[in-house]
Amino acid sequence: MTDPRGIRTLTQGPVIVGLSLLCGAAVLGIELRFAGYDASHALVALWDGAFGSWYAVTSATLPRAVPLIVIGLGIALAFRAGALNIGAEGQFYAGAMAATFVGLRLNAWPSLLAVPALWIAGLVAGALWVSIPVLLRVRYGVVEVLSTLLLNFVAEGLVSFMVQGPLQEARGVYPQSDPIAQSARLPMLAGTRLHLGFLVALLLAFLLWIVFTRTLWGFQLRAVGASPRAARVSGRINTEAVVAATLLGSGALAGLAGALEVGGVSYALFQNLSPGYGFTAIAVALLVRLDPLLIILSGVLLGGMEAGATAMQREAAVPAVAVSVVEATIIVVVLLADRLR
Amino acid sequence: MNAEQAGQAGGFLAASVRVATPLMLAATGETITERAGIINLSIEGCMLSGALAAAMGAAWGNPWWGILAAAGAGLALAVVFASIVVGGGVDQIIAGMALTLGAVGVTGAAYRAAFGPEGVGLSLPTFPPSPVPGFADVPVIGTALFDQSVLSYLAYFTVLCGWFLLYRTRWGLALRATGESIEAARAAGVPVQTTRFAAVLVGGGLGGLAGGSLVLAQVGTFAERMTAGRGFIAIAIVALGGWHPLRVALASLFFGGTMALQFVFQAAGLSAPYQLFLMLPYLVTLFALAGFVGRLQPPSGLGKG
Repeated sequence: MTDPRGIRTLTQGPVIVGLSLLCGAAVLGIELRFAGYDASHALVALWDGAFGSWYAVTSATLPRAVPLIVIGLGIALAFRAGALNIGAEGQFYAGAMAATFVGLRLNAWPSLLAVPALWIAGLVAGALWVSIPVLLRVRYGVVEVLSTLLLNFVAEGLVSFMVQGPLQEARGVYPQSDPIAQSARLPMLAGTRLHLGFLVALLLAFLLWIVFTRTLWGFQLRAVGASPRAARVSGRINTEAVVAATLLGSGALAGLAGALEVGGVSYALFQNLSPGYGFTAIAVALLVRLDPLLIILSGVLLGGMEAGATAMQREAAVPAVAVSVVEATIIVVVLLADRLR
Repeated sequence: MNAEQAGQAGGFLAASVRVATPLMLAATGETITERAGIINLSIEGCMLSGALAAAMGAAWGNPWWGILAAAGAGLALAVVFASIVVGGGVDQIIAGMALTLGAVGVTGAAYRAAFGPEGVGLSLPTFPPSPVPGFADVPVIGTALFDQSVLSYLAYFTVLCGWFLLYRTRWGLALRATGESIEAARAAGVPVQTTRFAAVLVGGGLGGLAGGSLVLAQVGTFAERMTAGRGFIAIAIVALGGWHPLRVALASLFFGGTMALQFVFQAAGLSAPYQLFLMLPYLVTLFALAGFVGRLQPPSGLGKG
């Protein structure tokens, strides 16, 4: 199983971060060249789409950074206790479904209540979705690796069912829900598509930083992650409880990310709402050694990559999914660098 | 049971075997990998890569080239995985997930490049059912098992080879010892790194083959992300089969059955949302894991080192 100590002692400075990004870009370039695309044209389009203009940064990159930061924080939370949550994608969709369900019914509510209602729906739904693997782990000893993974597919199936059935728009034409109530939508920075969720993400990062570094619980977390055995033997820390709690928190955050996406970007539910945020967020968390404040930076960086991917698809006809190799390369380089120290 | 019911049952069994074939191939490969102590989450990526390679090989050559290409693609990804995990000693689970992610990206890009934007709706030369004379005439069971494509027969053969390899050869013994304890195996003179590396390659190659069989003997075309977690289900099947090739094969057939249920319902005219059938295999896998995993012993060294 995962060696928590190995993850926690990822000690890479900016050098490794830069190296992994460079390698990622190189691998992407090779992949594109090999597949016969115009690699330089594609990479330029990627950059422009991410950071090439004020509009790109505020309206393409930062909105995509929001789910990456929020989910990334959740993944870091769980990883610190040695628990692997690769079901964030499914928890994201659970939160999105709940947020849509609630958001469609809040027409009469004032924004001050409607917006947080969506968030609560997301948090609860995400936590509920991950509680299944948690239960399976606690009660039946099923490793969360498999259970969280499998539930991703179940969640996607559920979304598909919802948008073609109970949650489908009133005119019944497209597999998507009706738009949510105006009052439930997140306010945006004028002239951009940057929504309140970004502030929420920043706040959460700060909150988690305080928890990790300034609270007793944060200490317990580090103890469990560093050496589950020692923590258990000491008798003072209930390791199973800590792991379960972090997984629940991780799921809740992923669900919140889904709610923020519905409330701030899409205003509705449909399939493929997430271009793989749940997995990209793993790279987001690992790239900066699970540090909550630095996750803001890696979230923006990889959010830029996602934004660039969309632009690249538009401009250079390269499928956006091609950038997954960048995430994969980042993770691999970070893992290897850790071994070399 | 009347003749029509027997026919439907036979049809369901045959569909189950057909659908189980990719699972069986992948799970057998993963069994070998895990008996050597390594859990290979990139098998999903191997399957997907194998699926695309098979499509390309069949489209530009013939189905046999497709199968060769499929195994090759799986092998290539397995080399990367083995290098960083066995050679580099990194965390197996994260590395496996990362490589699967990478494979999704690469196959997505390569598919579009190879077949163009209208790639969807590709029709490939595939493997038709090749009935085994004599055996295929046995009612119900015969048609189910022996009126399949050659890839299913390959799967049976692979299962038997896997069993023989693990339990009747010195290499298999060395492999199992490595999976239980690297130190003990090393002390006994087993070349552990080479053994583990080879085990990963076998698993990856079979995973690629599994993807190829999915395209060339079941679906008949390629679509992005078409493996849909079958690799992960294969990993669960390995656990449920107690890491023993013959039981793993049985578990594969069972899961093939859950996936084939949708055909039964459609044939019976029952209307249920198709997503239910999509979700069923994953849910069944979860429940099975919960029900059985406590009683089964993985190789002691699984996931470590």
